[in-house]
Amino acid sequence: MSSQVIHALYDDDDVLLKAVKDVREAHHHIEEVFTPFPVHGLEKAMGIAPTRMAITGFMFGLTGLGFAFWFLNYIMIQDWPQNIGGKPSFSFAENMPAFVPILFEMTVFFSAHLMVITFYMRSKIWPFRKAENPDPRTTDDKFLMEVAVDGNEKEIKSLLERTGAIEITLKEKH
Amino acid sequence: MGHYEAPIREPIIIGDKNYHDISVDVAAPIEGKANKLWYIAFTISLLAFLWGVGAIIYTIGTGIGVWGLNNKINWAWDITNFVWWIGIGHAGTLISAVLLLFRQKWRMGINRSAEAMTIFAVFQAGLFPLIHMGRIWDGFYVLPIPNQLGSLWVNFNSPLLWDVFAISTYLSVSLVFWWTGLLPDFAMIRDRATKPFQKKIYSLVSFGWSGRAKDWQRFEEVSLVLAGLATPLVLSVHTIVSFDFATSVIPGWHSTVYPPYFVAGAVFSGFAMVQTLLLIMRKVSNLESYITRVHIENMNKVILVTGGIVAVAYLSEFFVGWYTGSSYEDFVYLSVGAATGPYWWAFWALIICNGVIPQLLWIKKIRTNYIWTFIIAIFINIGMWFERFDIIVINLSRGHLPSTWTQFSPTFVDIGIFLGTLGFFFVLFLLYARTFPVIAQAEVKSILKSSGNNYKRERDNPSAVKQEKKQSKKEVKKSKPSIGADQEAKTNTLLESLGTFDIKTQQPDDLKKVKGIGPVMEKTLNQIGIYSFNQVSKMTKNEYDLLDSITGSFPGRAQRDDWAGQANKLKS
Repeated sequence: MSSQVIHALYDDDDVLLKAVKDVREAHHHIEEVFTPFPVHGLEKAMGIAPTRMAITGFMFGLTGLGFAFWFLNYIMIQDWPQNIGGKPSFSFAENMPAFVPILFEMTVFFSAHLMVITFYMRSKIWPFRKAENPDPRTTDDKFLMEVAVDGNEKEIKSLLERTGAIEITLKEKH
Repeated sequence: MGHYEAPIREPIIIGDKNYHDISVDVAAPIEGKANKLWYIAFTISLLAFLWGVGAIIYTIGTGIGVWGLNNKINWAWDITNFVWWIGIGHAGTLISAVLLLFRQKWRMGINRSAEAMTIFAVFQAGLFPLIHMGRIWDGFYVLPIPNQLGSLWVNFNSPLLWDVFAISTYLSVSLVFWWTGLLPDFAMIRDRATKPFQKKIYSLVSFGWSGRAKDWQRFEEVSLVLAGLATPLVLSVHTIVSFDFATSVIPGWHSTVYPPYFVAGAVFSGFAMVQTLLLIMRKVSNLESYITRVHIENMNKVILVTGGIVAVAYLSEFFVGWYTGSSYEDFVYLSVGAATGPYWWAFWALIICNGVIPQLLWIKKIRTNYIWTFIIAIFINIGMWFERFDIIVINLSRGHLPSTWTQFSPTFVDIGIFLGTLGFFFVLFLLYARTFPVIAQAEVKSILKSSGNNYKRERDNPSAVKQEKKQSKKEVKKSKPSIGADQEAKTNTLLESLGTFDIKTQQPDDLKKVKGIGPVMEKTLNQIGIYSFNQVSKMTKNEYDLLDSITGSFPGRAQRDDWAGQANKLKS
């Protein structure tokens, strides 16, 4: 692999989207794209695989539901069955309707929190983590494309210029 | 193009903004200084909050006896306030989750503040169940944790316990949803910050957000799933709150219509509070371009619908109470007995504030008017407080045994705690307004091209805009620095005071690092002969004016952004 990358800066999302398509068509490797807001269609243009966050959310939800079933049964039926207000709790099936709110809340609780934690872990975002966007303007109004260079610096530069980049810089990869 | 939006839809970002303008506008309240009004409001809120803290400490130290509760009315202001606050805390999630599922773009200007309001309101709500337990140090009894007191478990059949689970889930999920949405906006503030302390704080809270394409993909999917989870969650919370009453056997409480009626009431009151806060905020924080008449009108429509549901519920309760012919039903909070009895004033406050006044919103002139909206929202806030007061106090004041009939009068502690929560709420909201990006700017930027006024105009009426552009181009051309001897003289005076720069021997600085100087402006400055921070740092009012007259673009911009001050910092 090369140790150098080219940073091309754009000031419009549609220009960027077109540029990403052109660069990929010319068979250059786009290392990363930094944008200030979600640009729709960008991940498709870059060829990024669909995310599986929703699937993890579903599985965590099932985990929460299962956990709630287990502890409700243990607490209310197994460990200390009581007759509360003339409604004895000796069978889980008969008492289940009263547990529906808790079953629901636990499903949501597990799904939401664990999915967000998974998202933070996968995208490597947490407190005290240093930001890695190479140019501070990419959180404001600029879009940055990072293209790998492999001895073809001139070719890529001229291609990027044609795509409408407003700034093109060669950087050492870190 | 993918940005098409029907011309009939009104623009929801006005004032011809571009991406950078949005960043500047959202960051302005954080980077600027608070005015006198903010300090006055903050001081009043803080005093109310402190009074509330004192009242709570007095309650906990002495006991619930310091409240105005009596033998018959054993719940009063505490639960009234609890339900009122939790109801207010419904609009935020409704706006950010339900409207996200329905792909309503207008949510983006208001969802951040509405969610902040939700979270702060739920804080206040959570206080009341805690302190009304009396022995707060035994508060952990509501959690199903293994303990040494035999097998002392909580009762999972009880709606009061469902409340514990529903509200803590709601609070924590809302908080996480809110914070995840805040990350890109905190990152924007972080990357703009010039003061080291500010930079450190916003780096910390933005969790190192970098805005990679993959991050955004995950971000969007997580937001969508969270919205899908939060939607039933928000409905479940107030449903469960209504179960606190509906599953009891007290006349007026034991009612199967409670869950939908409570949820509608919660949305109704929540939107009223959002209106109250945002109508002030859009003025104070100069956000008129992002919180527009369209937003206000749409929220008023939601208020009208949910208010209608609430009004129908009142009518049906009233009718059924009368139709049963039960003498007990004649004293419930919606009955002839209540309307003419000792609590007639509370009954009529409810009917007028919630049932009658909101109907004014059917008139378009009123629902698109800021002042009318504000007044009606205040009435709804009051009316919804009375609704909970009526449900709790009127129903309890007339029991099965006439000799126990009584009334409730709050003590100074009751009042103190309520005012204290109001103070606490506004303390939090005022601090939020000065430290958080109050508009979800990343989301707003993503709809700028489809719903921004300038973009819509260009798309819907291209020929007119082209002409406009041509004209402005001509004007710019006229004032290009190379034309005219007058300009040259000005350029020379400017360079005289700033010092010249020899491009051959010296290394030019990257002037774009100065906030407000973009690539175009840098080129213009270079043309004039300004290349270094040193030159820019010497600029004063005089030089700014000269520069403005040479370039002819962005008059006053340089001074507003304080280029000299920034360059001075960058110089070293």
